[in-house]
Amino acid sequence: MKHTAILLGLAVAVLPAVALAATPQQVAAGEKIATTKSLGNCAACHSFAGAVEPGNVGPALKDVKAMIPDRKTFYAIVFDEQARNPQTVMPAFGKNLILTPRQINEVIDFLYTK
Amino acid sequence: MKRAWAMIVALATLAPGLAPPAKADPAADLKAFQGYFQTRFPTLALQDYVNGPYNFSANDRAQWKQILEFPPYSFAVDAGKTAFGTKFPDGADYASCFPRGGIGIAQDYPKFDEKTGKVVTLGIAVNECRERHGLKPLSLTKGELADIVAYMTSTSDGKPIHVVIPNDKRAIAAYEAGKEYFYSRRGQLNFSCASCHVQAAGKRLRGQYLAPALGITASFPVYRSKWGDVGTLVRRFIGCNKKVRSVPAKPDSAAYRDLAYFLTYMSNGLPIAGPGARS
Ligand code: HEC
Ligand code: HEC
Repeated sequence: MKHTAILLGLAVAVLPAVALAATPQQVAAGEKIATTKSLGNCAACHSFAGAVEPGNVGPALKDVKAMIPDRKTFYAIVFDEQARNPQTVMPAFGKNLILTPRQINEVIDFLYTK
Repeated sequence: MKRAWAMIVALATLAPGLAPPAKADPAADLKAFQGYFQTRFPTLALQDYVNGPYNFSANDRAQWKQILEFPPYSFAVDAGKTAFGTKFPDGADYASCFPRGGIGIAQDYPKFDEKTGKVVTLGIAVNECRERHGLKPLSLTKGELADIVAYMTSTSDGKPIHVVIPNDKRAIAAYEAGKEYFYSRRGQLNFSCASCHVQAAGKRLRGQYLAPALGITASFPVYRSKWGDVGTLVRRFIGCNKKVRSVPAKPDSAAYRDLAYFLTYMSNGLPIAGPGARS
């Protein structure tokens, strides 16, 4: 039950973004999310081009299109990586309401430029 | 991807307590805990762990060594020594409250108190002493109490940590509660202490190397540049709880007493290295 609801929400959130190419604004918003402590703070654990003093708790995010070609998979990782790997230290950004679906999409837009 | 998964699976099977055993056995936990880190970082000797984050970067270590040439905690130790030696209004003093006059005993704390059934950290023991002699308790996180604990800890420098868990149901329950706290995820970011200090130990969170949980209590109290003064172990617990956006416990709470009991016990045998200095 709960699962279908999440999946449904997921599909609705992802669909519009898949259809259109990311705008520079979306990419810039995603960069801010990826580097700001109170937002996604992805750089705390992942290095990516342009990140200042990135951590190495998680894998380096480069050639991201090749790494995670499927946007839905990418969304699911950021939404709740703990669903895929219960032991992970990566926060469940969507499930725990740290980032909105829109913000998750922006961070994906940004990282797909890396 | 595949490789990352294999690593995680290996970690999960190795990491002690991620799947806790049914029956309480502190001695077996200790062996597994220390063994886990020794397998993970085979070049580190047990006593190296007391240097926490400075085992993982030559650069940070060099800067830290330089800071230690004029230890920033020495003012606190001096102030603590003076406070420790000052008589109470009733004519008694701190020394009268402790075994061996309070000198060279820090390695035995936290202790289980059979009378109250509670765990007592060195800081809490200092406050209990004050209250017994009609004085108000001090803040458990910084200031005069941190100074006194820094002084008392300095008289134990190099002594092996020797926390005892007596065969008493309440002591074992306190140990188990501390262990559970350590491995439980909390806060909006949903981290456990183990997420950062076991799983990600030795890795970098932004620019900071994460200290392994083994030896992590040995240098407290610490002078921290970020704080600009000396703070106790509970001050650090509060900081790390806030980092994951969870509500910290009270400094004298059972939760923090038990956490300190578990965590310090896991470092039994390692030398006291406090007070310490951190960035
Ligand atoms: C506290 C650490 C931490 C933070 C913060 C973090 N991650 Fe991760 N991330 C990890 C770890 C560890 C992994 C490895 C896989 C696992 O643990 O399941 C990972 C895996 C990933 C992967 C999969 C990589 C692969 O190999 O397929 C992606 C994509 C990712 N993270 C993106 C992000 C984004 C985007 C953010 C910020 C919104 C972020 N991460 C924040 C720790 C973190
Ligand atoms: C999100 C990651 C994270 C979590 C979760 C976390 N810590 Fe920390 N902790 C840090 C960082 C970063 C530091 C500073 C670098 C270092 O010394 O490890 C630190 C430092 C410490 C230190 C001082 C180490 C030293 O040598 O100075 C102690 C003790 C500590 N943490 C205990 C805990 C406890 C207990 C918990 C759980 C209640 C916890 N931490 C949870 C990130 C974390």
